[in-house]
Amino acid sequence: MDLNTIWYLLIGVLLIGYAILDGFDLGVGALHLLAKDDNERRLLLNSIGPVWDGNEVWLITGGGALFAAFPHAYATAFSGFYLAFMLLLVSLISRAVSIEFRSKRESQAWRNFWDYSFSIGSVLSAILFGVAIGNMVAGIKIGSDMEYAGTFFDLLTPYTVLAGVFNLALFTMHGAIYLFVKTEGDLQERVKGWAMRAFFVFLALYVIVTAATLYMKPEMIANFSFGKIQPATGSAHELIQSNQVVISVFAWIIVILNGLAIANIPRTLVHGKELQAFLSSACTIAALVFLFAVGVFPNMITSSLDPAYSLTIYNAASSEKTLFTMLIMALIGMPLVLSYTISIYWVFRGKTTITKHGY
Amino acid sequence: MEFDALMLSRIQFAVTAGFHFLYPPLTIGLALIMVSMEAFYVYSGDKFYEKMTKFWVKLFAATFSVGVATGIVLEFEFGTNWATYSRFVGDIFGSPLAAEGIFAFFLESGFLAVLLFGWDRVSPKMHLFASSMVLFGSIMSAFWIIVANSWMQTPAAYHIVGEGSAMRAEIVDFWAMVFNPSTVSRFAHVILGSFLEGGFVVMSITAYYILKNRHLEFAKQSFRVAIVVSAVSAILQLVVGHRSAEVVAEYQPSKLAALEGLFKTEDGAPLYLFGHPSEETEETIGIAIPGMLSFLVHQDFSATVTGLDKFAKEDRPPVWITFQAYHIMVALGMYFIFITLFGLFLLWRGTLFENKFMLQVFIFSVFGPYIANQTGWLSAEIGRQPWIVYNMLRTADAISKSVSGAEVLTSLFLFTLLYFLLLFVWVFIMDRKIKAGPEDVDGDIPILDAGGAEVLPQFRSQEPKK
Repeated sequence: MDLNTIWYLLIGVLLIGYAILDGFDLGVGALHLLAKDDNERRLLLNSIGPVWDGNEVWLITGGGALFAAFPHAYATAFSGFYLAFMLLLVSLISRAVSIEFRSKRESQAWRNFWDYSFSIGSVLSAILFGVAIGNMVAGIKIGSDMEYAGTFFDLLTPYTVLAGVFNLALFTMHGAIYLFVKTEGDLQERVKGWAMRAFFVFLALYVIVTAATLYMKPEMIANFSFGKIQPATGSAHELIQSNQVVISVFAWIIVILNGLAIANIPRTLVHGKELQAFLSSACTIAALVFLFAVGVFPNMITSSLDPAYSLTIYNAASSEKTLFTMLIMALIGMPLVLSYTISIYWVFRGKTTITKHGY
Repeated sequence: MEFDALMLSRIQFAVTAGFHFLYPPLTIGLALIMVSMEAFYVYSGDKFYEKMTKFWVKLFAATFSVGVATGIVLEFEFGTNWATYSRFVGDIFGSPLAAEGIFAFFLESGFLAVLLFGWDRVSPKMHLFASSMVLFGSIMSAFWIIVANSWMQTPAAYHIVGEGSAMRAEIVDFWAMVFNPSTVSRFAHVILGSFLEGGFVVMSITAYYILKNRHLEFAKQSFRVAIVVSAVSAILQLVVGHRSAEVVAEYQPSKLAALEGLFKTEDGAPLYLFGHPSEETEETIGIAIPGMLSFLVHQDFSATVTGLDKFAKEDRPPVWITFQAYHIMVALGMYFIFITLFGLFLLWRGTLFENKFMLQVFIFSVFGPYIANQTGWLSAEIGRQPWIVYNMLRTADAISKSVSGAEVLTSLFLFTLLYFLLLFVWVFIMDRKIKAGPEDVDGDIPILDAGGAEVLPQFRSQEPKK
């Protein structure tokens, strides 16, 4: 495996970390307005209170790592998705400050304002992430100069909007399952209902999105085909050509794990196996990100104008020296990051309650 | 002035960075004061210090969250608005940003959870450790950002590869990039600026309490900690600031000339205390000390200092605003030394807390470090122009090619609106917390009356541990 592939995987890991962790924050945000009264809303906020900030760091670090390892992909994606991205940032900022500001006054109007801001910001963020992934699959108008040549509205096709809604369903389900772990009593019973409904919406959309993807982008399964289907890109690297079998075996293992994880969600919900339900949901997200990553590999951003203009893990990358330096950084840093993350979740384990050190 | 994508992108970066920088220096400064007080608490067992710590933690938390929220934008703005820049320097510039995420943000956010929500869940020593790690993380974060920015000021350890649109800078030596010529002095400069901001905010709030005869014991004790931190920082800042200017003189002569309003290369160049540099007549009118600039740069009153005339017109930074911003910062720096030393003198004489005028001066001095931090960055960034990376890449050549002026105008409008709203709400919340005062922290401390001292024993519900 070369440095470029390692970094592709590491960025994937950061993306998975972000999707699993901030995914439930956004999901809790999407469900926030369903809570009956102020106490319930405070419980929902307190459930993510100590962790949401750290969860968002995965996105920021992912952005930094993408910049360092694949500067062209970073530059093309963020300038190309300009308005969509600005909207995402505004949504993320609104929901972040809403969490902090809501509890600062007793007034009902004040709290309602921040409740809506938190919820709308979360829903919009989840949809926009999905739209972005949808565009990565469908391909965008990238010219020979690596620059995006389309407009904001070119990014909003039925397929990408569908991907956005799919992501919202996924995060909502994930958020509900997180709440299932963190709540108790009457609220937990209702949360279980939310999780179940979200699961079936998610499942239905999963089938539709998969069918639409296979119909629109048959080359997405090239890496699953043991070399039987060749990707349309002329730029497939020889390392990939010669490792088709390994890649396909890897891909199919993920498909199977994904199926098992999804099937385990309703089972564990019904039996009240809280932690297992959450882990299944987390594995589902991880598998989905991997399936997406394997599908587009070795492309990072696919050009819909000409496959040769696509940004791949080779033509978008930094120099080997930087990739290597960064790898050392990651090897030192990631164990630290994992140890903080695990200790924080350990310190704040158990059911959420309303205390004086919360919202 | 044409409002094209370039101008708008520059304004947007200035607005977002400027607003963001209202918060992090305060979190760094407050974190230092908060950790000092918590250390008093843990090692004396005195509950009084615990209350003090908790009050400052509340102000810290409100500021920290706004700082994080406004900072997310900056991480991505290089890609959204400065895509060509990102392609050109990504091989070098991306690593410090990634390092900031991996080594600073995770540390900071992880321990922040313990700091804010973990009072009942971990031991006091563990809690103090968590607070210290938040302080350390915020300083690390400042370090990596200053590394990135300093490389733009004094690029080092790179070579240029490729041609035409594929041309880019690649790294040669990672550590030489990290410790480029201006990193250390600029890092120290920014951290001291942050300590000053934290110190002056604490002094302002507590001077207000003393003047209003509220929370006296708490206010006086906090004030003492803050004035010592501020005085030490202000004096060190003089040394560090001077060193920073020396580095500018050596590596960015066009910036130095703009900072000092020096149009003509001169032997025995004067140091303007204040003035008006005119870019039309290419002359600076004002009050100056003859030969002083030469002395400060070269330790020789008659040495030659390079003026703007050595640079082609298109390679010169805007002079007037660079000069004024810099001079405001320097003047404020001198003011910080004067006011903190004078305050310490009055404190030693035992008259400071009875001196209504001086207390009022300290209340309003809080604006000083804010203005100094903002004008310092203005002079550093505008003084670097027309370069985005000094002598390597022009700002005009660095913007995103696929983003239109209308798009930038939309986002600029959105961010300006949002950031003003955030600032307004932040001020509102800080104001309420300050008005509520430290007894609100746990709701179980009696409100102090003018006597202060009489109520003190109730404060100290637990005797100091031996």
